[in-house]
Amino acid sequence: MRPPSYWPFVVPALVVVLAIIIFPWVFTIWMSLNEWKVGSPTTFVGFSNYLRLTSDPRFIEAIGHTLVYTVLSVLLPLVFGTFAAVVFHQKFAGRGFLRGIFIMPMMATPVAIALVWTMMFHPQLGVLNYLLSLVGIPAQLWVFHPATVIPSLVLVETWQWTPLVMLIVLGGLAAIPTEPYESAQIDGASLWQVFRFITLPLIMPFLFIAGMIRMIDAVKSFDIIFAITQGGPGSASETINIYLYSVAFTYYDLGYGSAIAVVFFLLIVALAALMLYMRQRMLWSEIASDA
Amino acid sequence: MTAKQIISRISLWFAVLVIVSPAILFFLWMLSLSLKFEVDNAAYPPVFIPEHVAWKNYADVLASNRFVTYFFNSLIVTGGATALALMVGVPAGYGIARMAAHKSAIVILIARITPGLSYLIPLFLLFQWLGLLGTLVPQIIIHLVVTVPIVIWIMIGYFETTPLELEEAALIDGAGRWQVFRHVALPIAKPGIAVAFILSVIFSWNNFVFGIVLAGRETRTLPVAVYNMISFDQLSWGPLAAAALIVTLPVLLLTVFAQRQIVAGLTAGAVKGG
Repeated sequence: MRPPSYWPFVVPALVVVLAIIIFPWVFTIWMSLNEWKVGSPTTFVGFSNYLRLTSDPRFIEAIGHTLVYTVLSVLLPLVFGTFAAVVFHQKFAGRGFLRGIFIMPMMATPVAIALVWTMMFHPQLGVLNYLLSLVGIPAQLWVFHPATVIPSLVLVETWQWTPLVMLIVLGGLAAIPTEPYESAQIDGASLWQVFRFITLPLIMPFLFIAGMIRMIDAVKSFDIIFAITQGGPGSASETINIYLYSVAFTYYDLGYGSAIAVVFFLLIVALAALMLYMRQRMLWSEIASDA
Repeated sequence: MTAKQIISRISLWFAVLVIVSPAILFFLWMLSLSLKFEVDNAAYPPVFIPEHVAWKNYADVLASNRFVTYFFNSLIVTGGATALALMVGVPAGYGIARMAAHKSAIVILIARITPGLSYLIPLFLLFQWLGLLGTLVPQIIIHLVVTVPIVIWIMIGYFETTPLELEEAALIDGAGRWQVFRHVALPIAKPGIAVAFILSVIFSWNNFVFGIVLAGRETRTLPVAVYNMISFDQLSWGPLAAAALIVTLPVLLLTVFAQRQIVAGLTAGAVKGG
């Protein structure tokens, strides 16, 4: 009997994927080689859109903002998420319910969240400055000052996405055998030593996955930044994605916007490759030090 | 209980409190903002529990004709994009799992990495040429960018864990592939489909970036509508917070009641749209 072919099951999805994922990509690359503005005729210009990027100060500034925003939005959720996972790994009454509450920030509608954070950041009436005043810290301008806008947005991003790291690491903790902990207890290891020398190495692969996912999402972050600051004040929080939006849908410079989209995608791939490379080197050095 | 056990119990509860309070306090504050009159929302120091509760904030939002329109827009876009994604994605997940075509996951990965705005530029032009702007069709189609990869990804993972023996037996008995899928594989896969459905609904419902570009005045979804309220209504926090809470309430309820499926789905594929 001929083994059944499963192609017919895949074809409809293939058509959809071709239409909404592959076609847009091919078309984007083609557009990036053209001068393509809404309402005026298009002309083929080769790589000049890409050359224009190299001397566009707003784009270069946006790369810097994106990198700062991304690094902070990966590291902070990783630290807090790991701590939260270790806590949620313990048994306590109401754990399931509290975990449900804990993951609400990442499931809630980002724009709705952003709206409330905007109110909380308000320099005169915001609740955050009131809370700071209770512990004697002077009022901050939060998202309304160029120096504090990115850290403030990272605060929101961290609040929102720490739960995802927690869930991934919690999955890792569940897979750890109990023996190493038992022998550590017999040896009288401190809580920190147990975490540092047993838990952390064993959850490393999960932290790596969480870090990778976090990186991809943080680089592309749009809703929170756009809804709270639209890249402001001035252009102090303008990331590549926000700049891309302005170029494509405020100035309707679609050719140039497409070039930004292509470079942006390559940048994300490059960052992912860099993370993989660093992970590989870490693994090799571990093996080397074991030998 | 020894003294040491009591101390570790107390510190555990303290840690739990520290971890959970940012989420709890935020949503309580959101609720508080939405139930206060402007006098209380503009007060300093802030009023936490108001003396007079402003139910009228909610009544005003719900009474507005536009809000009802936008609610139905959101319902149609999310419903349409999720239904279509399940129709093409569940069989695809099945086919890919049975063919062990793991390389096809690369496409899902590309979709996962690509910023949503990159899809918008070419598809925006396409919809313009087709004369579809001004209807909900473009938004339903572009939400597939989010929902289809989620469904396929989760269903591949799920079908890989379902047993093959029953399907093989049915094939030997002379059933066609489609019958096997329909009557053997599909019923077993119901929990997986539930996971895919829930995550697809949430990420489509929450999506903002597609609407901000493609939606006209009549075709806004709720996130876009709420965003537009910010620009026009900067100073009335009560109704704004009420609107924000109404928009996100369905998702929050899903999170609490379908927590198990959400956790399973997120940690299996760790997918997020956008």
